[in-house]
Amino acid sequence: MPDTAMPILDVNGLKTVFRTRGGDVHAVNSVDFHLCPGELLGVVGESGSGKSVTMMSLLRLLPSPPAEMRDGTVMFDGQDLLTVSPEELRLVRGSKIGFIFQDPMTSLNPVYTIGFQLTEPLRAHLGMSKTQARARAVELLELVGIPDAQRRLKDYPHQFSGGMRQRVMIAIAIACNPQVLIADEPTTALDVTIQAQIIELMKELRRKLGMAIIWITHDLGVIAGIADRVMVMYAGEVVEEGPVREIFRDPRHPYTQALLKTVPAVRGARAEKLQVIEGQPPIMWEAPAACSFRNRCQFAFDRCGRENPALTPVTAEGHRAACFLLENTSTKEPEAVDG
Amino acid sequence: MLTFLIRRLFTAIPTLVLISLIIFLLLDLAPGDPLADQPLSIPPDVRQKMRDALGLDSPAYIRYLLWAKQFFWVEPLVFVDWVTGTGFSEGMQRIVSWQFRAPVFDIIIQRLPQTLWVVGLAYLVGVLIALPIGIISAYRQYSWFDQVGTFVSMIGFSVPPFFSGVLMIVFFAIMLPWFPSIYDTTLVVNDFESFGQQIRQMTLPVMVLALQTTAQLSRFMRASMLDNLNHDYVRTARAKGMTEKVVLLVHVLRNSMIPVVTVIALGIPSIFGGAIITEQIFKVNGLGQLLITAIYANDLPMVQTLAFIFAVLIVLCNLIADMLYGLLDPRIRYD
Repeated sequence: MPDTAMPILDVNGLKTVFRTRGGDVHAVNSVDFHLCPGELLGVVGESGSGKSVTMMSLLRLLPSPPAEMRDGTVMFDGQDLLTVSPEELRLVRGSKIGFIFQDPMTSLNPVYTIGFQLTEPLRAHLGMSKTQARARAVELLELVGIPDAQRRLKDYPHQFSGGMRQRVMIAIAIACNPQVLIADEPTTALDVTIQAQIIELMKELRRKLGMAIIWITHDLGVIAGIADRVMVMYAGEVVEEGPVREIFRDPRHPYTQALLKTVPAVRGARAEKLQVIEGQPPIMWEAPAACSFRNRCQFAFDRCGRENPALTPVTAEGHRAACFLLENTSTKEPEAVDG
Repeated sequence: MLTFLIRRLFTAIPTLVLISLIIFLLLDLAPGDPLADQPLSIPPDVRQKMRDALGLDSPAYIRYLLWAKQFFWVEPLVFVDWVTGTGFSEGMQRIVSWQFRAPVFDIIIQRLPQTLWVVGLAYLVGVLIALPIGIISAYRQYSWFDQVGTFVSMIGFSVPPFFSGVLMIVFFAIMLPWFPSIYDTTLVVNDFESFGQQIRQMTLPVMVLALQTTAQLSRFMRASMLDNLNHDYVRTARAKGMTEKVVLLVHVLRNSMIPVVTVIALGIPSIFGGAIITEQIFKVNGLGQLLITAIYANDLPMVQTLAFIFAVLIVLCNLIADMLYGLLDPRIRYD
């Protein structure tokens, strides 16, 4: 676990609010996390849990208005990305931090060639000439597994399939050898076989280029296979985080536990009946003053409605969870060890 | 693209023939006698001779075919002769205006420069002002610039030129005598002073017409930009670290121009149609005024020819719009 290394990205107390006509929606509430060099952090949670909004807040990619980063720091490369000038932020975007989006069908500009869109960051950030950038673009397309790269530079997005477009998006994101790659559900819009190909490609690229990756997904199976660490989000808060093995072996937060039960087991004698988490995540009209999962939690008790649990360490390896139940179990655990 | 162009040009021919026939038949149905404005003292037999000379009593299909022959065969030959100095069209009957007793095309050529200068320039000015306003309004949505722009374009949209034109004259020709209220067609531009005078007399009609164009186009441009600014590819461009200028003027603008270019191209025929009302107000004797006086005077060859020229221009500009569409949007290719 590269936990001891200096984090390359350190997020503290991030708060993002959407100002709407109906009032403020608190999409991200005091999120803390860090990312170490070369690490793959999986971010899971259902739709509306604030995963994407958190990551887009890091690079201030949300349209403002309505989005507003109210609080927090995002330390990267010795500077706080939330307060740097737009020009400094621009030099980080696409060059030191790459971004892959969910839907490859709409994320590319339909009226420009792939070659143009791929050489743009190379020329802007690395100061390459047109010919240099084209040569590098061919390399990148080959790297992400697009056959006949030289010729395909002249093609437009609509001439590519969904999987191929996502490969192009990946090529754009890694064009300038970023230290951090944020992949926002990169396989959600693709069919299953293409998903597997893209995941394989990402694993391979990570091995070759050694960048740190934040992988947002709601597919726990994907996370189990590739992540070093997992962060579970609910209603704009981190409810549990820790090394991937621990999270899957010993989930502590009722939400994580419930989430894991929603995944069908392929192995095992007979598959258990799949469970569902009843209800939907709340829309956060106010900053949470209590546990936001309490209404869907089978273990909820009166304290959950009064206070909001903070992330507390579960083990020494950085496994943390935000639940009051933990206080009981963690006091019990040493007894069990003693006995 | 070239095969598409040629194919479209060929399919335009039956369309135009049909249009010319419809125009002819409609005008033929219209009541009125082209000789009605002649003095009543003309004896009936002389009047009949005049009718015969104009071919008024021959059957409709003969009159139509004669006009078609003159339009599609004689007039092009006259044009060739005029350009090359040959004499192919000698002795052939051209389309003659009943009102002016002169070839229709000679009169159109006389009137065309005024219309192009005033209406064409107004259109150009309108487009050049509207596009940046639309872009900035969309980018800074709900800013004071956007609010003012939206308000002004609402006014430009809803105030008819017969009102704004008169208002301009009251303000800028009478209360503040900066500009002439009447366009002097006889002005010859040959030195700096007369050039300045030409500019001054063009200012008011150009302003009135440009206000309308700007109002319509800037709203259209704004809507199109707003539509595109929310697209995912804009976020991608920002995530790549492109400057806002590049995001806006390279990525968003080209996508937004696709529908706007069509509107601009389809507005071009209206330039040649002249601005009937504005030309009347400022006494610009352009094509719009020519058409309206020809209608009053029952000058059927003139009306027929002008209406048909507008039809040709509309068909052509439609074609140009389609070609531009294909150039801007790679998803549309005419192969």
